[in-house]
Amino acid sequence: MKKYKVFSLLLIVAFLLAACGPAAPKTIKIGINAPLTGDIPKVGEGTKYAAEMWLEDIDAAGGLDVGGTKYKVELVIEDNESKADSAVKANTKMITQDDVLIIVGPQSSKQAVPAGEVANNNETPMISPWSTNPKTTLDRPWVFRGCFLDPFQGPVIANFASEEFGFTKAAVLYDVASDYPKGLAEFFKAAWEELHGEGSVVAYESFTTKDTDFSAQLTKIKNSGAEFIFTPQYYNEVALIVQQAHELGWTGPIMGSDSWGSTETVKLCGPDCYGLFFSTHYAAAGATGATKEFIDRYNAKYGYVPDDVGALTWDAMNIAKQAIQDCGKITGDLKADRKCVRDALASIKNFHGITGDMTFTEDGDPIKCAVIVRISDAGEYEFYKQVCP
Amino acid sequence: MRQRFQDIDYLGVVLWLLRTGIIILVIWGSVATIIQNPYSSKTWMDFIVFGVAQGSLYALIAIGYTLVYGVLFMINFAHSEFFMSGIFTATILLANPMKASGFLDSHPFVGLGLITITAIIVSVAIALLTERVAYRPLRKAPRLVPLITAIGASFFWQYFFRGLFGSEVKPFPQIEGLIGKIPFLGTEILINQVVVIVVAIIMLIGLYIFVMKTKIGKSIRAVAEDKDTAALMGIDVDRAISITFAMGAAMAGIAGVLYAMVFRQVHFFMGFIPGIKAFTAAVLGGIGSIPGAAVGGFFLGMFESVGPSLFLQGLGIPAPHQLKDVIAFTMLVLVLIFRPQGILGERLAEKKA
Repeated sequence: MKKYKVFSLLLIVAFLLAACGPAAPKTIKIGINAPLTGDIPKVGEGTKYAAEMWLEDIDAAGGLDVGGTKYKVELVIEDNESKADSAVKANTKMITQDDVLIIVGPQSSKQAVPAGEVANNNETPMISPWSTNPKTTLDRPWVFRGCFLDPFQGPVIANFASEEFGFTKAAVLYDVASDYPKGLAEFFKAAWEELHGEGSVVAYESFTTKDTDFSAQLTKIKNSGAEFIFTPQYYNEVALIVQQAHELGWTGPIMGSDSWGSTETVKLCGPDCYGLFFSTHYAAAGATGATKEFIDRYNAKYGYVPDDVGALTWDAMNIAKQAIQDCGKITGDLKADRKCVRDALASIKNFHGITGDMTFTEDGDPIKCAVIVRISDAGEYEFYKQVCP
Repeated sequence: MRQRFQDIDYLGVVLWLLRTGIIILVIWGSVATIIQNPYSSKTWMDFIVFGVAQGSLYALIAIGYTLVYGVLFMINFAHSEFFMSGIFTATILLANPMKASGFLDSHPFVGLGLITITAIIVSVAIALLTERVAYRPLRKAPRLVPLITAIGASFFWQYFFRGLFGSEVKPFPQIEGLIGKIPFLGTEILINQVVVIVVAIIMLIGLYIFVMKTKIGKSIRAVAEDKDTAALMGIDVDRAISITFAMGAAMAGIAGVLYAMVFRQVHFFMGFIPGIKAFTAAVLGGIGSIPGAAVGGFFLGMFESVGPSLFLQGLGIPAPHQLKDVIAFTMLVLVLIFRPQGILGERLAEKKA
């Protein structure tokens, strides 16, 4: 018993000494706000795995080199249960109790929008790898993201269809009662008409959520002389639309957006979807260079091909790393260090990520290329082309 | 003069304005569309065929609502789950394994037959179970009670099947031999739509003959007329009611197979929208009447498919198909204003209620 007392006393002394020691700490803490449980645990798992793999590299290099000094990096991983209030709580805890330098996450806009408010109010830099909603970073100088925004994809598909196929007449079919497809359809229409003039979207047809029969709309599209269909829908509607279009004799291309990216799309749609294109963040099949390295390493370590969340988290971790390194030194004054990292983040130019090159705007959004994926004849999502803003 | 002003029935005026307004809009829109002539006659023909095919599905499901209402004066909201349960089970247990093993491709019609039989058996079993457990004990209760029970039963079956087979949307395989088109009156019809229409018409006629010409059919009609008197005449009322439920569910099971054949996906919530539409069709045609359900189904399908283009295009409304539900339900209101008993319905006041 006495021994323990002496031991704990020694420990306390050691801690006190450590606290009074040099002003600059030898560890850097990075917060991870991820949905480890809840509706989308797979997203949380991808986040955690990518971050841990990143930490391995840092540890292997003997720490993170900032201005000639090596710092040990510690990850503080908090579960946000895929809930908005838990994400806010997790951010508050990491900022005020764990003293993290920077936060990576949350992933979904549902959590990233409210959690971003906390980070911004507490003047702590935050990077959401996956949130595409404009509100996440809007008027928040401390909040950044690792992916493009919803309004960007419309022009991406418009440019791709014009340049790749030389099309001039487009048709759009979208769900008028759902925010994401409606927004994208409008952005696409505006971009297309800017390229090809008023009236070049020859059919602009819509339906409402839970409709299953699109024959009338598709007949109109077919008779309108459109050369391709743009339909920014979710997987089950994609299957219905593509299959019905083919049954009605439509032979042209059908294109979509990152909502097609679920593996469910091909499962439901089958061979009907083979050969179609959509825009997204990254393509696993046919990746090259650093992207392929990441995929292979992840696959070997965890036993499955990472989805876009894993890849975007990997990039966000490396963006954080670069910002810390660009900062030049860690003073130990958390407030000043956080400010320094934020400023470094905002001035990152030409960052080479595995999901593409990025340059950050003052709003915290990257100027970034999108990937056009072709669904291969084996039903895999194959890299086809990069489209840049 | 003063006397006459007081006689004015304000509700009557509002209703009159409403129906005149709708009629003017419909006529104005149609005339404008016809003058603009945006589509060829082939396209109009296509729209009509889509409407009839969709309407056939509604009609088959509507039969179930109408039969049960005719006999029990109860709206069986769990009927949409009878529709879902059969085909959902058949898809998971039969269609997808058969597709994976290649049997469905080598014997498409044997396979489809097995799927249909399974779907009917499951739908009928679920219906009989629901009737026995949830409705029969409440037969003497006030009318509102079985209605609420039906809503509860509907939820129960939805979540039961979600628990059983999962909440994902499941693919239904394409059946070889039902792909392609055949020429018809200057246009082409998809073979699967032909199958839907033909099967629906055969089933509806068969059911009508069964109810009108057979002894069991007669007992059902007797029970519908007056349960107590029918019982005095030696008719087994419980059995007649069970048969009614079984017939409706069998129709729903077949409708489920046709639905899956056309849309090629199934999930636990798939019954909700077709169920609501079919109930609307039953009311439109005159609930309680078998030909009424059929006519209501076809009308509703046509309103949905032709209506947006015919009534709204001419008014300059872009992308009118998102409003097809508005059209369908406006037509329902219009029909019910003029004929509260539905297109082919009998006047309830004459018979009972």
